Amino acid sequence: MSNKDYTRREFIRSFSVTALAGLSLPVLSSCSKEEVEDFLQKHFREMTVEEKKKVIAKLEQRYFEQYGRKFQISTQEALPETLWGYGLELSRCIGCRKCVYACASENNTSRYARQLHWIRVLRLKRGNLINLEDSEHYYTPETVPEKGFVYLPVQCQQCQNPPCVKVCPIHATWQEPDGIVVVDYNWCIGCRYCIAACPYKGRVFNWAEPNLPKDEVNPNVHYLGNRPRMKCAVEKCTFCIQRVRQGRYPACVEACPTGSRKFGNLLDPKSEIRYIIERKRVFRLREELNTESKFYYFFES
Amino acid sequence: MESLQGLLKETWHFYRKTLILVTRGGKIYYAWCFSLLAIIVMGFIFYWKQHEMGLIETNMTDQVSWGLYIANFTYLVGMAAAAVLLVIPSYIYQFKPIKEIVVLGELFAASCMVMAILFVMVDLGRLDRFWHMLPFIGSMNFPASLLAWDVLALNGYLFLNLFIPIYLLVKSYYGKKPNWKFILPFILLSIPWAVGIHTVTAFLYNGLAARPFWNASILAPRFLASAFCSGPAIIIVIFQIIRKVSAIKIEDGALFKVAELIAYAMFLNLFLLGAEIFKEYYSGTVHMASFKYLFEGLHHHNELVPWIWAAMAMNVTAFILFLIPSTRERLSTLNLGCLLIIVGVWIEKGPGFVIPGFVPDPLGEIHEYVPNLVELMVSFGIWALGLLIFTLLMKVAIPIETGEFTHTDYERGVITKKSLDYTASLHKINKQ
Repeated sequence: MSNKDYTRREFIRSFSVTALAGLSLPVLSSCSKEEVEDFLQKHFREMTVEEKKKVIAKLEQRYFEQYGRKFQISTQEALPETLWGYGLELSRCIGCRKCVYACASENNTSRYARQLHWIRVLRLKRGNLINLEDSEHYYTPETVPEKGFVYLPVQCQQCQNPPCVKVCPIHATWQEPDGIVVVDYNWCIGCRYCIAACPYKGRVFNWAEPNLPKDEVNPNVHYLGNRPRMKCAVEKCTFCIQRVRQGRYPACVEACPTGSRKFGNLLDPKSEIRYIIERKRVFRLREELNTESKFYYFFES
Repeated sequence: MESLQGLLKETWHFYRKTLILVTRGGKIYYAWCFSLLAIIVMGFIFYWKQHEMGLIETNMTDQVSWGLYIANFTYLVGMAAAAVLLVIPSYIYQFKPIKEIVVLGELFAASCMVMAILFVMVDLGRLDRFWHMLPFIGSMNFPASLLAWDVLALNGYLFLNLFIPIYLLVKSYYGKKPNWKFILPFILLSIPWAVGIHTVTAFLYNGLAARPFWNASILAPRFLASAFCSGPAIIIVIFQIIRKVSAIKIEDGALFKVAELIAYAMFLNLFLLGAEIFKEYYSGTVHMASFKYLFEGLHHHNELVPWIWAAMAMNVTAFILFLIPSTRERLSTLNLGCLLIIVGVWIEKGPGFVIPGFVPDPLGEIHEYVPNLVELMVSFGIWALGLLIFTLLMKVAIPIETGEFTHTDYERGVITKKSLDYTASLHKINKQ
């Protein structure tokens, strides 16, 4: 029964897409074949393996023309028995923003007009951690850490119950089996409802065509992660999906000079993140919103 | 075959007559239409720039990620929902003066719906991917996403508000009585649907736990109350224009009745606002920040403060004007009240509602937003387009309502057709 429904739905869909294509023929005939392909490109999760290969080849060609580099675009799926979790030791963070810039260069974010960052470090006066209204986002001292302040880095908290996924009108963002919330940049329509729904400001928007200088490109990318984006699509931290699925640490973990940042598999009882959750005093931001974030802040035991 | 030919002929007659109706008019009519057209073209030029360069052409940012477009959208949904205030008394209670004008009110709601949908479309970063949102064709996140609900609700309401008046007008065009058994269910459906579009739009904001300013359960009732002020207010103004420039008769009694309904709605609106303000200020938690930003300013950021107080003053003044029978039933004060409500509710339900939701943002950053020229021009363009659509609809609907544009014209045509046949047969005889 459900199978029959499925085929009928498929039929309606393919029929309508054909009709749509037919109706828009006069418009599309003025576009190149590549533009037509882009226009009709399917949702990533509905592509067959063959279709994915074709899209990857097209993208690699396009990136080569644009950035003069040979890209490796991975579509590697989630590893079995994994649920990624993050730990951040607030008592060690000195607010140097090394993580912010390591993230930017790893993840090919737009560098200027507008500059996008997936990590934001807030400076708070000592004595307060919860009321972020008193936080300073754009502090620029000569040296860090500063007396009388603590620092709170915030990025996508990879909620297990993500409000952004719930509100997306078109399934352009979803949670992968390893817990990472990803975006199909080619499916996003740029309505920015997810930005309004996120309690952590975990998402940023490409207000214009992203500006990524050729010599700053990272060519090792994942389709759902750090591949170069396009204008008016939303983007966010993916725990460096291109790295962690190959057994590496996220770039921010590697870049942190104080070792504040920890990462591991929540399902593995021997992982570092499990050690931290079991032995340190951990808390999660905005726990009262029931987002079940997988980003644990902690202090020296 | 014969009937098909007749139908084709009739359709052609209708098209031709419609075309004549909308292209002919007085100097004021031409001036009005062409200035609207000029604004539309200008808006489109600005939109094209935004479409090519991206939303960076607007003043929206990651902090305030929705602005003037979504503010206008919210307001217009309310305007459209207000047609129901005319539907209830006219169809259900058979209140005659309103019944005559309800069709025009429904067409007004349809025009508002078109504008509301356009405001969402210009706010989309990737209009080229719009088809991802269509049911069955794209991949709609229904029922989880309230935006998916809104797409269905708004388009459904647009359909109802075109279908019902067109059905009634066509019947009247043929000089026939409408089949109430057929159309009444649609009319009845349009009443909860009107409440529905506004509720769904309120829920769109209401469901976001990340934004305390919107995450208050009083939101949907407040939306409805304010909608039942602004929509009817503009309808009162439009009907006075219509009766001035056309043959249609709209009694003062109908206008005063609508104004009375506005007074009740405005009372409810002010009461609900008061309830919300009490809760926020008396409990005084950190969630009050957005309210503070709106009403007094936050950390020296106080851009919206004069606006919201002006809106409050306008709404209260209008409420008093509409409450007292003598000022309600005098056209000059009635119109003043309408104007105050149209502007006051726009501020309150538009920018005064959308922007504070983003200030301060979830990480406490305060970023002030002012729409720029592109956003203003595109918005003017859409408003002009909505007014133009409404004007043209009126240009056809009013002559049908008054009986100037009917099928009988065509029947005269049938006579000439018969005589043509007669001459043709004469020719035949002559040839023989």
